[in-house]
Amino acid sequence: MSAQNIRDAVIIGGNRIPFARAHTAYATAGNQDMLTSTLNGLVARFGLQGEQIGTVAAGAVMKHSKNFNLTRESVLGTPLDPKTPAFDVQMACATGMEAIGSMANKIKLGQIDSAIAGGVDSISDAPIVVTDELRGILMEANRAKTVSQRLKALAKIRPGHLAPQAPGVNEPRTGMSMGEHMAITAHAWGITRAEQDELALASHKNLAAAYDRGFFDDLVTPFKGVSRDNNMRADSTLEKLGKLSPAFGRDLGNEATMTAANSTALTDGASAVLLGSEEWADQHDLPKLANFIDYEEGAVDFVDGAEGLLMAPAYAAARMLKRNNLSFSDFEYLEIHEAFASTVLAQIKAWESEEFCKNKLGLDSALGTIDRSRLNVNGSSLAAGHPFAATGGRIVATLAKALHGKPGKLGFISVCAAGGQGITAIIEGR
Amino acid sequence: MARDTYTEFANTGFGRALTKNLGLPQPAKLRRHRPGRPLIEGPVVVLGSSAAASALADRLLGWNLDVRRHVGPKEKVAGVVACFDSASSPAALSSTVLETGMLLKQLKPSGRVITVSRDPLGTGDPAVRAARSAVQGLTRSTAHEMRAGGTANGIVLAEELDPSAPGVAGALRFLLSGRSAFVSGQFISVDSVNGALPGNWDRPLQGQVAVVTGAARGIGASIARTLHRDGAALILVDIPAAGEQLAGVANEVSGTALQLDITAPDAGERILAHAKQHHGRLDIVVHNAGITRDKLLANMDESRWNSVIAVNIESQLRMNRAFLASELFNADAHGAMGPRIISLASTSGIAGNRGQTNYAASKAGVMGMVSATAAQLAARHGTINAVAPGFIETEMTAKIPFATREVARRLNSLNQGGLPVDVAETIAFLASPQAGGTSGLTLRVCGQNLVGA
Repeated sequence: MSAQNIRDAVIIGGNRIPFARAHTAYATAGNQDMLTSTLNGLVARFGLQGEQIGTVAAGAVMKHSKNFNLTRESVLGTPLDPKTPAFDVQMACATGMEAIGSMANKIKLGQIDSAIAGGVDSISDAPIVVTDELRGILMEANRAKTVSQRLKALAKIRPGHLAPQAPGVNEPRTGMSMGEHMAITAHAWGITRAEQDELALASHKNLAAAYDRGFFDDLVTPFKGVSRDNNMRADSTLEKLGKLSPAFGRDLGNEATMTAANSTALTDGASAVLLGSEEWADQHDLPKLANFIDYEEGAVDFVDGAEGLLMAPAYAAARMLKRNNLSFSDFEYLEIHEAFASTVLAQIKAWESEEFCKNKLGLDSALGTIDRSRLNVNGSSLAAGHPFAATGGRIVATLAKALHGKPGKLGFISVCAAGGQGITAIIEGR
Repeated sequence: MARDTYTEFANTGFGRALTKNLGLPQPAKLRRHRPGRPLIEGPVVVLGSSAAASALADRLLGWNLDVRRHVGPKEKVAGVVACFDSASSPAALSSTVLETGMLLKQLKPSGRVITVSRDPLGTGDPAVRAARSAVQGLTRSTAHEMRAGGTANGIVLAEELDPSAPGVAGALRFLLSGRSAFVSGQFISVDSVNGALPGNWDRPLQGQVAVVTGAARGIGASIARTLHRDGAALILVDIPAAGEQLAGVANEVSGTALQLDITAPDAGERILAHAKQHHGRLDIVVHNAGITRDKLLANMDESRWNSVIAVNIESQLRMNRAFLASELFNADAHGAMGPRIISLASTSGIAGNRGQTNYAASKAGVMGMVSATAAQLAARHGTINAVAPGFIETEMTAKIPFATREVARRLNSLNQGGLPVDVAETIAFLASPQAGGTSGLTLRVCGQNLVGA
């Protein structure tokens, strides 16, 4: 398709429920409850009742098998036209970004005129599965043709088979948690405890200030009596953060730097972004906050330790900036997902490192520095929390609103993900 | 909302007999408006020989009602329209008053008595003003005597106003209908020939854009549903913390949810920006949001006083300034009826209420604001009015202790609490094109509450 046929994909707005620390306010809400409520809030904000949307794409990282059609089932629980198609996406913590980016592409190509994209995750309602041994026995009993065959199969069950298996957040190929992986990367880049704590504090302060000035009035809809992210600590101080013991990389002894405060808490929540073509937005009298310009997926070989687990965005960013002929100084705001404070800092240090950029990214020089006053200006995951698949929607809607009224000003997004993956994206204010 | 078990009981066969024998209040099941149902069922008798009597009889005939000048002694009637607009002295009221009295026993349940008179302040003649004032005393007392869900209200015409003006027809129809179920002992003044009769009486707000504050629950949600039923497109506002319920109401009425603290300095501008984005116009503003922070004055603290004043009246003053400075809120520009503002007052603001100095001050303030803003709206052919609810069955009044609530419910001529929809119906009427002749008024929806008269 020729470039002339590609049209703008407009970010119209977004909605999310406040994020809640796992096993707190949303302990009894499932993924479908949260995603449905989020979509309902989006429909109410933009008057989309009865509207047939081109496609709704969303997903969850932690998902019950009964939620095999989570997004479609959620759509059917909203006032949207039931003829609205929907599908599930899954790319670990980059699920929301992938959903949004791919829907923007469909709009750009003219395949659809409108889309809703987002994600949801619940740690509190995570699926618990039985052991592989027990599952094998149960399947065998299911296949049995006679009662005696069935009893024979079931007689194989041993007490040890009955222990439930909680879903793993460890990397399947290394058996290490994400935090332990990040601790290695942070140590390798020499990231200090102090700079991590400062980043965490800024996240809480920025998020609280944004709430206080009403910035989230049209981005967040309360859920189950929660009206602000309950992980947020507006009154936190460097002294308080400094008192915490390390949570990851304890084998580093005195050099361990990652604490519960400069690492993201496990969180429940959901988010959604409304996208459309310019014509669709105008026909429906809807605002046009920003254009979704481009996005790039990346992955690194972390299994044998060649690269840090969460460093894929460093590579994706380089390719994306080159393709768009941009540098970091071209961006009004930058949103780097705070999986851990050290994730953000390691990416920044990598982009500032001539050695890394030459050897790993194949560039002639360092990619550039990040102006910290433009970074995560309305808070990020350390304060808001990080319901895995919901983070992309939170970031895109927040950044789009920040860029609204600044036509032509650019925003940069970086989101790392499990499995050594990540996504970066560019949006442009209008 | 608390269940009114007593009213349910008193409307059973046994309950009706028992309450009658014991001389207890007999709250009736009120006739309420439902789209598609007749305006009123049964003969409507027009009494008097004035210009208004013939104009209104013609109007009623135009609505295909069974209009009579006389009825037989046994015949049931649905309503009586008693016209006193030409009365020159109190003595001249006699024949029409006595005819009205004879018909009271023939009134069907939820019957209507509507008096029509001229504004007492429109004349300097002592005998004429006495006659007009007498009609008001007569109307109020009749309202107290009504039974079986019946109401008595008055229409007060400005001195030279043509009784065939649309505002008179609008008021007449509202008072006859089930929309005014909980309005009794009240007067609707019609001051101008502004306004227009709707093409469809069941959709008078078709094509209009309305904003309702405090729309997430209770009376506000009911206002949203009622304006939606009457055809308006809706912008629903509530504080961000009420967003989940607000979204639910918005999705129910196909409106948009705007999470906003109305005390924010730019609240009016943000509502206007939203209206401009989604509709390109704004026609109706309903200032419903309000709070109570009850405390005896002796124990009143700064935060309770200031928050009630800020939310209930200062925010409205500030938002109105923004609306009236905007061309968006100028229906002349859209070739439609003039803009409408309706504010929630309260009977507490009229009579005062122990423990509510802050609330009563704010609500009396609303009435003052409304009367003083009418001139600015008139410049746009618009209106501003207030509605003062009495005891309404809401989540808020459900929290009143049982005995107090039970007494409060019965202390009115209809012996029951009103429903949120009763307040909403009156607001929808004042928002409608047929109410264009009425401005600066505070209309009570209180079942003629005994306090605050």
